[in-house]
Amino acid sequence: MDKFEPKIVAFCCNWCSYAGADLAGTSRMQYPSTIRIIKVMCSGRVSPFFVLKALSVGADGVLVLGCHPGDCHYIEGNYKTLRRIPLLKKALQQLGIEEERVQLEWVSASEGARFAEVVNEFTETIKKLGPSPLRRAKESTQEATHVQA
Amino acid sequence: MSKLKIALYWAASCGGCEIATLAIHEKILKLAEVADIVFWPVGLDFKYADVENMEDKSIDVCLFNGAIRNEENEHMAHTLRAKSKVMIAYGSCAYEGCIPGLANFYNRQLTFERAYIETPSTVNPDKIFPQTKVKVPEGELEIPEFYDTVKTLAQTVDVDYFVPGCPPEERTTWLALEAVIEGKLPPKGTVISHSAKAVCDECVRTREEKKVKKFYRPYQIIPEPEKCLLEQGLLCYGLATRGGCDALCPKANMPCTGCYGPVEGVIDQGTHFLTALASIIDSNDPEEVQRILDDIPDPAGTFYRYSLPDSLLRRAIIK
Ligand code: SF4
Ligand code: SF4
Ligand code: FES
Repeated sequence: MDKFEPKIVAFCCNWCSYAGADLAGTSRMQYPSTIRIIKVMCSGRVSPFFVLKALSVGADGVLVLGCHPGDCHYIEGNYKTLRRIPLLKKALQQLGIEEERVQLEWVSASEGARFAEVVNEFTETIKKLGPSPLRRAKESTQEATHVQA
Repeated sequence: MSKLKIALYWAASCGGCEIATLAIHEKILKLAEVADIVFWPVGLDFKYADVENMEDKSIDVCLFNGAIRNEENEHMAHTLRAKSKVMIAYGSCAYEGCIPGLANFYNRQLTFERAYIETPSTVNPDKIFPQTKVKVPEGELEIPEFYDTVKTLAQTVDVDYFVPGCPPEERTTWLALEAVIEGKLPPKGTVISHSAKAVCDECVRTREEKKVKKFYRPYQIIPEPEKCLLEQGLLCYGLATRGGCDALCPKANMPCTGCYGPVEGVIDQGTHFLTALASIIDSNDPEEVQRILDDIPDPAGTFYRYSLPDSLLRRAIIK
C-alpha cells in the first residue's frame, strides 16, 4: 500500500480559498499533486450531494475550503457549510464511509502557506485511511435509473 | 373494445400497496368495467405458471409493488416485464426501495443474524439460517436466494412509470389508473403525482422564519396545530419531498417523513433534505451546532428512510 496516491477533490470558493491556492502556486510552495481543485463561487454552493458524488466516482477524500467565518463574500454561505459538513459526516459514518474523508477548512486569499499545509495534512490522513471503500464498491455509482420528466 | 388486461404483483413489500389499490373505493367498479385482472396473487388464486405461460406483451399494464430483495422478486420482475406492455413501479418500495431498502444499511449476513438469532423472540441455539436448498425425507426443498442488496424495480427491469407513496394516496393511484383507462399515458419515465413540487407547497401551515435551536422526535412534543412543524423543531421532510399527497401528514399534526420521494429533478433525496435542514439550524458556533445535531440520532436513516436503494450510494459499505 506504499504506492497509494490518494485522489482528493478540493472545492475552493472563488473569493478566498481559490485565491489562497493561487497564492500557494505563485509563491511556488510545495504541496502534493493529490488534489484536483474545483472552483465554486462560495463554500455554501457545495451541496453535500457534490461531496457524495465525488466520493462515488472515485475520490478518496474531499476537502471543502471556504473563507473564514465572518469573511464570506455572500455573508453567510460558509455558516451554512459549517452546519452541513458535520451533519454529512454523521450520515457518512452510518453509510460505512470514514468521516475523516471529508474535511472543512477555512483558507483566506492571503493564506497560501496554510493552503499548502491543509493539503499536506489531509493527504497524510487519507494515505493512512487507504483507498475509499466506495472505489471497491464501484457498482454503486450509477445514478438513479428513473428519469425525471 | 376488448377489455384492458391488468396484472398486480407484490415483491418485497408490506402489503400496504395492495390495500392502497383497493382504496380507490367505488372507482374500482369503473376499473372493473374496462379492465380484467389477469394476475393478482394477493387477491385471487393465480399461479406463477399462469403468467409464465402467457404470450409476451399480452398484459396491458402491470402494477408492480415491492422492492427486489431476493431471487423470486427478481424472477417475477423479469417475467412480468416480458408479459406487460406497460410496467408501473407502484409505491415507494418498487420506486425507491423504501422500508425494505433500509436493509441496505446491512448485508445478508447481518440481516440473518438479526432476524434468526438476535431478536428477543427467537430461540435458535444451533444457529440455523435459511438455505436455498435443503434435503428432507420427502426430497429437496428450494427457497429463493436472499440478496445482499435491495434493489428498486428500475434497477432490475425497464420501468415505464413510477407512482410514489408509502403507500400511494387514493388520488395518486387514481391519477395513474385514469391515465391507463383513458389511454392518456404521460411520457415514459414520469413520476405520476399531482405535483412535481414539494409537500410544503401543498401544506397550509403558517411559515415564518425557519430557525431551529433544538430538534425533537414526534413523541417528545405536542406540536402547535397551525405552525410549520419544521419551525417547531420536528424533522418535517416536506421541503425535500414531492407533493401530491395533499400534505397528508402535516394535516394530521405529524411531520412528513418523505414517502413521495424526491421532488422533480433531484437525484438524491437524502442530501437534499440534509442541505435544507442544516441551513435552518440557528447557530454559527461549531460546538453548539454539534450539540444541536445530537438531537438527530439517526441522520442517514432519517434522510434515506424511503430512498436508500435509489440514492446515489445505494447502500452502506460493510467492512
Ligand atoms: S416543513 Fe412540513 S409543516 Fe412546514 S410547511 Fe413544509 S410540509 Fe408543512
Ligand atoms: S406528508 Fe410526506 S410522509 Fe406524509 S403522505 Fe405526504 S409525502 Fe408521505
Ligand atoms: S465566498 Fe468564500 S465561503 Fe462564501
